[in-house]
Amino acid sequence: MEVGQMQRRLMDYTKSLFMEGFLDGQFLQLQQLQDESNPDFVVEVVSLFFDDSEKLLNDLTMALDQPNVDFKKVDAHVHQLKGSSSSIGAQRVKNACIAFRNFCEEQNTEACLRCLQQVKQEYYLAKNKLESLFRLEQQIVAAGGSVPIMEMGF
Amino acid sequence: MESCYCIEPQWPADELLMKYQYISDFFIALAYFSIPLELIYFVKKSAVFPYRWVLVQFGAFIVLCGATHLINLWTFTVHSRTVAIVMTTAKVLTAAVSCATALMLVHIIPDLLSVQTRELFLKNKAAELDREMGLIRTQEETGRHVRMLTHEIRSTLDRHTILQTTLVELGRTLALEECALWMPTRTGLELQLSYTLHQQNPVGYTVPIHLPVINQVFSSSHAVKISPNCPVARLRPAGKYVPGEVVAVRVPLLHLSNFQINDWPELSTKRYALMVLMLPADSARQWHVYELELVEVVADQVAVALSHAAILEESMRARELLMEQNVALDLARREAETAIRARNDFLAVMNHEMRTPMHVIIALSSLLQETELTPEQRLMVETILKSSNLLATLINDVLDLSSLEDGSLQLELETFNLYAVFREVLNLIEPVASVKRLHVSLNLAPDLPEYAIGDEKRLMQTILNVVSNAVKFSMEGSISITAFVAKSESLRDSRAPEFYPVPSDNHFYLRVQVKDSGSGISPQDIHKLFTKFAQTQSTATRNSGGSGLGLAICKRFVNLMEGHIWIESEGLGKGCTAIFIVKLGIPGCLNESKLPIMPRMSTTIHSQIAFPGLKVLVMDENGVSRMVTKGLLVHLGCDVTMVSSSDECLRVVSHEHKVVLIDVCVPGIDGYETAMRIHEKFTKHHERPLIVALTGNTDKVINENCMKVGMDGIVLKPVSLDKMRSVLSDLLEHQVLFEAI
Repeated sequence: MEVGQMQRRLMDYTKSLFMEGFLDGQFLQLQQLQDESNPDFVVEVVSLFFDDSEKLLNDLTMALDQPNVDFKKVDAHVHQLKGSSSSIGAQRVKNACIAFRNFCEEQNTEACLRCLQQVKQEYYLAKNKLESLFRLEQQIVAAGGSVPIMEMGF
Repeated sequence: MESCYCIEPQWPADELLMKYQYISDFFIALAYFSIPLELIYFVKKSAVFPYRWVLVQFGAFIVLCGATHLINLWTFTVHSRTVAIVMTTAKVLTAAVSCATALMLVHIIPDLLSVQTRELFLKNKAAELDREMGLIRTQEETGRHVRMLTHEIRSTLDRHTILQTTLVELGRTLALEECALWMPTRTGLELQLSYTLHQQNPVGYTVPIHLPVINQVFSSSHAVKISPNCPVARLRPAGKYVPGEVVAVRVPLLHLSNFQINDWPELSTKRYALMVLMLPADSARQWHVYELELVEVVADQVAVALSHAAILEESMRARELLMEQNVALDLARREAETAIRARNDFLAVMNHEMRTPMHVIIALSSLLQETELTPEQRLMVETILKSSNLLATLINDVLDLSSLEDGSLQLELETFNLYAVFREVLNLIEPVASVKRLHVSLNLAPDLPEYAIGDEKRLMQTILNVVSNAVKFSMEGSISITAFVAKSESLRDSRAPEFYPVPSDNHFYLRVQVKDSGSGISPQDIHKLFTKFAQTQSTATRNSGGSGLGLAICKRFVNLMEGHIWIESEGLGKGCTAIFIVKLGIPGCLNESKLPIMPRMSTTIHSQIAFPGLKVLVMDENGVSRMVTKGLLVHLGCDVTMVSSSDECLRVVSHEHKVVLIDVCVPGIDGYETAMRIHEKFTKHHERPLIVALTGNTDKVINENCMKVGMDGIVLKPVSLDKMRSVLSDLLEHQVLFEAI
């Protein structure tokens, strides 16, 4: 596949991610911050996000498994996760976290477990999508082309 | 015998005559001596007697006279020379004093007389003053009566009571025989006796208004004496009495319209009533000036009181009228509401009821078209299909329009593909256009966004309507559709001055122009185009069918989309251009930071307005968020230090750091306390770094807390590059920044 085609595929894929709500404007901000002095900024941030989130999700699972759930701690974790996801623009993960926090306030264990499932789902989806995106970028770079700058006309 | 100087007495000394003279002289002397004593006694008693020395003189005179007479007693007999001398001295003195007294009396008596006259004069004066006092008292009492009368008159707003009270009180105050009021009749030509003092229900006497005596009274504002024989004064049954004096005064009848101007109204063309007052017969009483004045004053007061009563009556009437109107309006409103409800119900039912059979007809006719048919049958089926399509469109239009009119229609906003909409319209119109051999061209501007937020269905309906109109009214030639993003100059249409498009960051204005080369429209018909059911009268259009609702509906939709639609045509036969502008949203921009539209090049230019070497300290517990913030600041050229806890922050912060960014929404770490500790650490103001709070939500509480602890600004996460840039520049320029959201 030649570079032009790959670039077009990347553009379409990215666009679809935005359309479907996986990513929002914040992600574009990150891409803006990437330049010659900082060529892998986005990848680094997103990797950090993945590591952080895995840990947080584990902690959350453990916390909600307890017989006496410490909702304060759960809330703190979810807050962290919300913060991270909004910083990189993972919109659906962030929205799921917001819903989660509401149930934490109500101290509803059942609902919290459901939300946790939801968050995990969204997170893995987002992780998949982002990893595919990075793979595409890598392919383009390997083929000698440059990653096209996202210029969304909206 | 030689010293006897007296003549030999003719009679003997002790004859009877001599005896009587002797006794009388003695008594005279006695009296003469006692009178002065009495005088002195009385003068001592009275302090006022002005002529004391006269009395003394008088007393002396009397005493000397007495002495003379006393000494005379000795001269009856032979007496010595001494006695004679004494006698002579006494006589001489007496003569002197008595002459003096006589002279004195001449002076005094006139004075005494004048005192008398003065006394008389004063007595007269006193009597006169008494009389005048009596008069004044009467006047004052009358004045009091007037005040009381006025009070009585003004205390009621009932016309009848006012007049009756006036007459009664006047009668009482002035002790009148009769008092009457003549009011002008409706025609204004006669005066009718309306109220009298002594007859409760006066017979309706009338008197023509143009009598000379009445004119005389009306032309003067004073009370006028009239003859008791004139028609208005014949109030008492004629009797043997001499009628008392009669006075008449005019009473102006003021109307509401008199009080339009601020100064006292002109009384030239106004109506008057006549008040007639009659003094008691046979009393020889005269009308005094002050009584006339009283009558005039009362007449004026009555006029005012009557006009107040009239005003009140009118205002009550007006109020009643208003209430009636209110009730009627209310009823009308309720009826209108009922009608609307009925119509809505009807429409709702019809909506469903009409569409169902329509749908059946269309569906089955199209199915029928697919089967084997003879040419005539095919023609018939096609006609059925065409007519039923028309009918369906008509039903839809009517139903749409009614819901549009109600204002109940709401646009369904969603993100859609703008290009696809135009392509769809083109697809739909192609067959019809090609049958008429019309060429349709579509021109989309390159800067037209591919996606937009709006009501796709209705936008398509509008474009389709406009384009099909163009096709309908063109017999030949071409149709061109152009669409582009409207910039400010092309946004304004001089024919629609009330259309003020406001460009903003989240929206853009789509301008679509459809130009055809058809029959055109004459300029005077243009305004009719958008009215419901109105059609232009040319034969060509009448054949094309259509309900005339299409453009009206388009106009409603365009208005809902905050836009404007109009048609330009140079005249019949010259084609026309339909233009509309609608406001569409830009997707992805609703509540988040603005998407960068500028290409990468300009960001590098912008990053020159950066902050090289600015030392910034960032405190945030969240690793990812910290990294992003760091990336932002590094991109702007800052020298960034990262800390993740309050203690670390306080340890690291120094006067070299110009800005400290603290995340205050992290539970477990008190950003506010950190801010306060930084304040304590740096006592000198210019050494202290500027503190900015990063927060995920803004509400008043957070705002207040930040201000309380002395933070210099608040920034809402997530932070975009531009926002960070503007925040830092504002901060460094003004040393304070508030609410960068």
